[in-house]
Amino acid sequence: MLGALAALGRFAIFTGQTISHLVRPPFYGGAFGQALIQIGYFSLPVVGLTAFFTGGALALQIYSGGARFSAEAVVPQIVAIGMVRELGPVLVGLMIAARVTSSIAAEIATMKVTEQIDALVTLSTHPMKYLTLPRVLAATLMMPLLVAVGDTIGIFGGYLVSTQRLGFNAASYMQNTVDFLEVLDITSSLAKGAVFGFSAAIVGCYYGMTSDRGAMGVGRATKGAVVAASVLILAANFFLTEAFFST
Amino acid sequence: MITLSGIHKTFEGNPVLRGVDLTVGRGESMVIIGGSGSGKSVLIKCILGLLTPDAGQITIDGAAMTPKTQAGFLDRFGMLFQGGALFDSLPVWQNVAFRLLRGPQKAQAREIAVAKLAQVGLTADIADRYPSELSGGMQKRVGLARAIAADPEVIFFDEPTTGLDPIMAGVINDLIRNVVTELGVTAITITHDMTSVDTIADKVAMLHDGKIRWTGTKSAMGTADDPYLTQFISGTTDRPIKARW
Repeated sequence: MLGALAALGRFAIFTGQTISHLVRPPFYGGAFGQALIQIGYFSLPVVGLTAFFTGGALALQIYSGGARFSAEAVVPQIVAIGMVRELGPVLVGLMIAARVTSSIAAEIATMKVTEQIDALVTLSTHPMKYLTLPRVLAATLMMPLLVAVGDTIGIFGGYLVSTQRLGFNAASYMQNTVDFLEVLDITSSLAKGAVFGFSAAIVGCYYGMTSDRGAMGVGRATKGAVVAASVLILAANFFLTEAFFST
Repeated sequence: MITLSGIHKTFEGNPVLRGVDLTVGRGESMVIIGGSGSGKSVLIKCILGLLTPDAGQITIDGAAMTPKTQAGFLDRFGMLFQGGALFDSLPVWQNVAFRLLRGPQKAQAREIAVAKLAQVGLTADIADRYPSELSGGMQKRVGLARAIAADPEVIFFDEPTTGLDPIMAGVINDLIRNVVTELGVTAITITHDMTSVDTIADKVAMLHDGKIRWTGTKSAMGTADDPYLTQFISGTTDRPIKARW
């Protein structure tokens, strides 16, 4: 228990230090640009595919489940609300935890093992400014965009299945989707994205920077980072949902 | 001048440095020898500020090394790491010019990097390659080029010949000696390779049991009567130094 609290304290200090570098120059624009591309652009395929199939499956489930009480017609509304409020941000968050958190943790841990972090220090470059801040900032900014893409493609997946397989009218499906969604649904989705992006990147950086030496240390850091980021995203999702939608 | 006074460092109850006292004069090439696990790397990391000593003081030209002064000192330092520690994600020239690219010499960074590569015997055609495409010896040379790129006043060499064949080790030793002589820098090298000592050292210090056991000029080493030093030089397994298994 005491050990867990100490670890939580170290993580909180690490997070605070990272944020403090936001207002302390120098800033490494090149590293930030690279992180934007790595985290944002290169995550698009996995985000798109995940959202598309989930949206399609969701439409099928709602249709067959709704048929039990003659509510098949609610497919567009439930797909929209389900994707935007919940599945879009959570699934994109988990995909980012798998793709980005693991990659960040493994890369930084390997840099630590091979003394590249020490080399940065001897070259008068603060590792948190050069490695941590650009990644965390890029993930926090790119995740809402990825979530927006995921939400849209997920709804499109549902639309495609509904119109091609379930006999829905294309125009009324889209009209129902647009009419049903509220501004809060979209803003909460994007806000969740920002929080999940921050969580995924900071956890990856923390585990990388604090990894043990050797190949086993790198493996342990990567595994720990993905597990911790996934749990953190799911826990944050609960509290954010509570904050946005509890009446 | 670099002065170390009473440096202590303990890891999880295991004392590694137990009061190191050492002075390295300006323009001097000091080689610190000692067995594996004797704390040589820990000592060099303490001087660089990568580790904070538990006790003792490090001064550079009379000014104490503290977290506040560390950044200023690091601007005057260069370091060659044991494994090179080159950044895998950057091409060779950006590794060499890493510090220059973030300073006022940004515009000339590539040109200077190529010149420094030439100084360590590497041609311009490797400038755009990545570290993983180079041999171990070439990586060491790139590491050396990076260490001297910003014309530092003090250069640290951590086991510069480890993992290299004897011929390449000789090449690296000669390069280090030339760099130290030509640039007139202060050099601190840690090694257990006596060939490196022969080539690089002006003065030698032996670290044993967490303390400087012996220090003197390279020429005085041959006539020293310290049994620990003579055993280390001869490489015998007789006492007083016990082999670490």
